[in-house]
Amino acid sequence: MSEVRLEDIIKPENKVYSKTDLLTDTVMHYCPGCGHGTAHRIVAEVIEELGAQNNTVGIAPVGCSVLAYNYFNIDVQQAAHGRAPALATAVKRLMPDRLVFTYQGDGDLAAIGTGETIHACNRGENITIIFINNGIYGMTGGQMAPTTLPNMKSSTSPFGRDVEMMGNPLKITELLAQLPGTAYVTRQAVHTPAHVRRTKKAIRKAFDLQAKGAGTTFVEIVSNCNSGWKMTPVDANKWMEENMFPYYPLGDIKIPAE
Amino acid sequence: MAIKGAIVVDIEYCKGCGVCVGACPQEVIRLSKKVNGKGYNFAEMQNDACVGCSNCAVVCPDGVITVYRLKV
Repeated sequence: MSEVRLEDIIKPENKVYSKTDLLTDTVMHYCPGCGHGTAHRIVAEVIEELGAQNNTVGIAPVGCSVLAYNYFNIDVQQAAHGRAPALATAVKRLMPDRLVFTYQGDGDLAAIGTGETIHACNRGENITIIFINNGIYGMTGGQMAPTTLPNMKSSTSPFGRDVEMMGNPLKITELLAQLPGTAYVTRQAVHTPAHVRRTKKAIRKAFDLQAKGAGTTFVEIVSNCNSGWKMTPVDANKWMEENMFPYYPLGDIKIPAE
Repeated sequence: MAIKGAIVVDIEYCKGCGVCVGACPQEVIRLSKKVNGKGYNFAEMQNDACVGCSNCAVVCPDGVITVYRLKV
């Protein structure tokens, strides 16, 4: 076999994977290794697969992903802190033919926005909620969030979260699965290629169910916050596997009957 | 038939997180000793064992990796 040169491989006709055009060329402000970038990309890829670029409205939250509108090459509206499900409700009711999704972190969805989240899901609003859970307030400097694990150190729980004093971590995804309005509730991750592919399928399923009018679809993505956790990106992913996944087990929590 | 792959890293967009290094089943990727304009040690190919599986690109948070595959 003759030697294959790199120039022979790197040709446009041999390309098998590149960043989707649904993400702009703006450099993401996320920290190195942050799961937000991966989550953004797979959401964009699913929208591209559906051919829904001109028919999708995203709702950005407050938190690290507040600048999501700079990265998605689709219509994005930015909501007040925690109010993304309420805004998504309005958008979907006014424009029922649009694909509407919110993209929220745990400080936004599970803390200040708990009421909006629960009521939007309980009403069965026909929207998709994508929930990034990293167990911490990343943007403001790693403070303790409702989803912070027991004994987990953060800047406001430097000796670890004491559940006697600070309460238990909120498993909001399990909570929402109890509500009759939710059609599809799942928990996924994006730290390995296999998990990314699985999460992409889950988002595709959620968007497909929304198109059928099934009710609220909810995809939690357990993610890392290496800056807030004070770890390297690779160590943070390992820590997440060892500590976050036992408390937040991955998998479908509620799937619609066929 | 053999499959030869290659990756192209958008050096200035790479943040050197190293997630791709662990995701590569062929141990093709390493972080360079050189740095980009922002001071990050960017990812690069260290050998020609790449099979173009796209695992690195799928897991890259910043989408900086483009993957090519050729059957020879």
